[in-house]
Amino acid sequence: MIGLGHYLVISAALFSLGIMCVLTRKNAVSVLMGVELILNSANLNLVAFSKYAAGNLNGQVFAIFIIIVAAAEVAVALAIVLSMYRMLRTVNLDRADTLKG
Amino acid sequence: MDTSLLSQIVFYFFAAVTLASAAVVVFSRSLIYSAFGLLFTFFGVAALYVFLGADFLAATQLVIYVGGILILLLFGVMLTHKLYDLNLKTETFQVAPSVLLMLAVFGVLVLAMMQTAWYNAGPRQPEPTTAAIGTLLMKDFILPFEVASVLLLIALIGAAMIVRRRAE
Repeated sequence: MIGLGHYLVISAALFSLGIMCVLTRKNAVSVLMGVELILNSANLNLVAFSKYAAGNLNGQVFAIFIIIVAAAEVAVALAIVLSMYRMLRTVNLDRADTLKG
Repeated sequence: MDTSLLSQIVFYFFAAVTLASAAVVVFSRSLIYSAFGLLFTFFGVAALYVFLGADFLAATQLVIYVGGILILLLFGVMLTHKLYDLNLKTETFQVAPSVLLMLAVFGVLVLAMMQTAWYNAGPRQPEPTTAAIGTLLMKDFILPFEVASVLLLIALIGAAMIVRRRAE
């Protein structure tokens, strides 16, 4: 029988893969993809708890707000990445060290 | 065939699709492969939402993530590389410590999950959620709803401002 634990394990795996993506990639767009994986794992957790534990729809409404914030985040982040590409001609995050003293 | 067995097979299929394509996103060297792996991850998560009885959220996931965010990311990939450069590779670094950290995070999460006695409300019949979510958004969550709309407006204006070409 499929239970809450199955969804939590899938969500934990997605979360750790997202962490891995954020830590290892040098390309800014790849790092954004990792952030999307992390947000999806959080959403999966919220919806699973909403079904198995809470018994109401508050978890799903939270997930909708997370999707809204993710959309806003990715739009602003890509604007920053494009602006960085225009200034530095690269999206390698190691090269964005202008603030380093 | 027993319907419960069938639903388990379908569940494990979508779980495998989700995790395998997420692994493609993380470990593929090509940015385009990563983006298409992300496509299948989003589809898999939407299928898991359907399993959880969240029909409206599954549709939202498809429309916003696949139709919006993934397209934006692909734009990002295409606009930040020269188009004749077909093998859009990305460099990786600190792979070994990251793998260790990934396994540690996964282990701690699963361990914490196993040792917690989760309250289980028992299986319920899935019902259509769209009307109930709409009522919740307009009654209990009206303030976050309005704040989210203002946030989207700010993000729209801010993104346009950031990428605007400055007047020389």
